[in-house]
Amino acid sequence: MASRDDIKFLSNPNIGSQRKKYCRFKKYGIRHIDYRDPDFLLQFINEQGKILPRRITGNSLKYQKKVAVAVKRARHLAILPYVADLLK
Amino acid sequence: MIQYEVTFIVDPVLSGDEIKQTAKTYEDLLKDSGCAIVNIDEEGLKQLAYPIKKRTSGIYYIIEFTTPNGIFLPKFELALKRDERILRFLTVRLDKYGVKYNADKRAGLIGKKREKAKEEVKEEVRKAKPAAPAPKKETPPPAPAPEAAKSEEE
Repeated sequence: MASRDDIKFLSNPNIGSQRKKYCRFKKYGIRHIDYRDPDFLLQFINEQGKILPRRITGNSLKYQKKVAVAVKRARHLAILPYVADLLK
Repeated sequence: MIQYEVTFIVDPVLSGDEIKQTAKTYEDLLKDSGCAIVNIDEEGLKQLAYPIKKRTSGIYYIIEFTTPNGIFLPKFELALKRDERILRFLTVRLDKYGVKYNADKRAGLIGKKREKAKEEVKEEVRKAKPAAPAPKKETPPPAPAPEAAKSEEE
């Protein structure tokens, strides 16, 4: 009997299998999100300056809410733009 | 005691003394209201992400302070709002994690300072590494040399 390792696939069978998403705040133990750190907050907004949804960032609900508050505070202080084009 | 953090952007058109005076005004106002100033941070001239009052840059000031109660805060914010030298301000109440984060940041455990510290450590390691293998390379040659000398003598 040929096992799965012996079979030679024409294409890589790992293509298409999605990597499991995780909440980086829980994983690395980040408890406070700094609203004055634009480089960090850039990870959670798209190139138009919109906040990315949880289904893309993988954040837990608790930290997604905190991220949203931090981004909004940064926008108020002109650290991040409200509207932008080609931000990244 | 509750810890707050107020960030405000000062108009860059003002002269250096006027800017410092503006920051000093609010520092004194806080002290008069019975607050203990924890830290004052001047981040300097920064580019704004969008123009405010037709200004494209501003000077950021961050004052952290502790107070037994926040009763005077509405008055303090009203003073900031009425001041034409201030472009924007934001007062935030810090939770215990925020207090710890700011303390760590000041101590240089977070952010760019930390990266610098790491780089320094790496450089030290690099300096130490070439020093360590060098003697090893130097030590073996003398050992065969006497043998060769001996063989010549024989």
